[in-house]
Amino acid sequence: MHINWNAFTPWPALAGGLLIGVAAAMFALLNGRIAGISGILGGLLRPARGDVAWRAAFIAGLAAAPLAYAVFSALPAVQIDAGDGTLVIAGLLVGIGTRYGSGCTSGHGVCGLSRLSLRSLTATAAFMGAGFAVVFVVRHLFTL
Amino acid sequence: MALLSSLLAGLVFGLGLIVSGMANPAKVLGFLDLAGHWDPSLALVMGGAVAVGFFAFLVAKKRSRSLLGAEMKLPGAGPVDRRLVAGSVLFGMGWGLAGFCPGPALVGLGMGEPKAAMFVIAMLAGMALFELIDKRRGRR
Repeated sequence: MHINWNAFTPWPALAGGLLIGVAAAMFALLNGRIAGISGILGGLLRPARGDVAWRAAFIAGLAAAPLAYAVFSALPAVQIDAGDGTLVIAGLLVGIGTRYGSGCTSGHGVCGLSRLSLRSLTATAAFMGAGFAVVFVVRHLFTL
Repeated sequence: MALLSSLLAGLVFGLGLIVSGMANPAKVLGFLDLAGHWDPSLALVMGGAVAVGFFAFLVAKKRSRSLLGAEMKLPGAGPVDRRLVAGSVLFGMGWGLAGFCPGPALVGLGMGEPKAAMFVIAMLAGMALFELIDKRRGRR
């Protein structure tokens, strides 16, 4: 294993992680809910009375983060290498998979591990393992 | 009040994703590429988030009402079943293909990235497909 020391950004990673933790803490303590993004978004597709506004508010806050960030500092560049076809397949897999698995990196990864949930630990191991495997196949076996 | 805190939690979460670099799919893929030039940053993001989250949930678990008086809706201990594992594997495959998971994709949408928008539309279609299948199964 070669660590890419030029790409590794420990301090911003830790600071951003703490912010994510604060967001999850706020949501758990103030709203009594798990900050699981796939669940919050997916729940909008089965709308129930009194269950829509808080979801929409969370998603709006998330999507407004770049605007808020840009007030203080220039937004860091993002690099999306995947082609259109790959993006569509990836999106479908992420959509269906997170709903079947009842969570994603936020709900299972951040919140579930914080709660020491065995279910979330299993899910996190499964999606990380699959992620490692797919990147290995795409980048090192069949270089697309 | 609950709506405002919901909005703020989403906002802080999104800022965390931007600050940490996780809004950038190339950086996420750098973490998932164990056999290449590995970027361990994502592990520290998780570590930082869990370090705060651990104490928050320790407190939250003991409460019967949230600080704003809402009902606590934290999940109980469910079963580790095939649905959980198979779903998570499908999610991980999609994550590894594009480097996007739901949070960063929505932040990318907020940045006005057309590719993030395309991913979000496909993701919503996947979620809608799940609703259809799940509803049909539930009727049986």
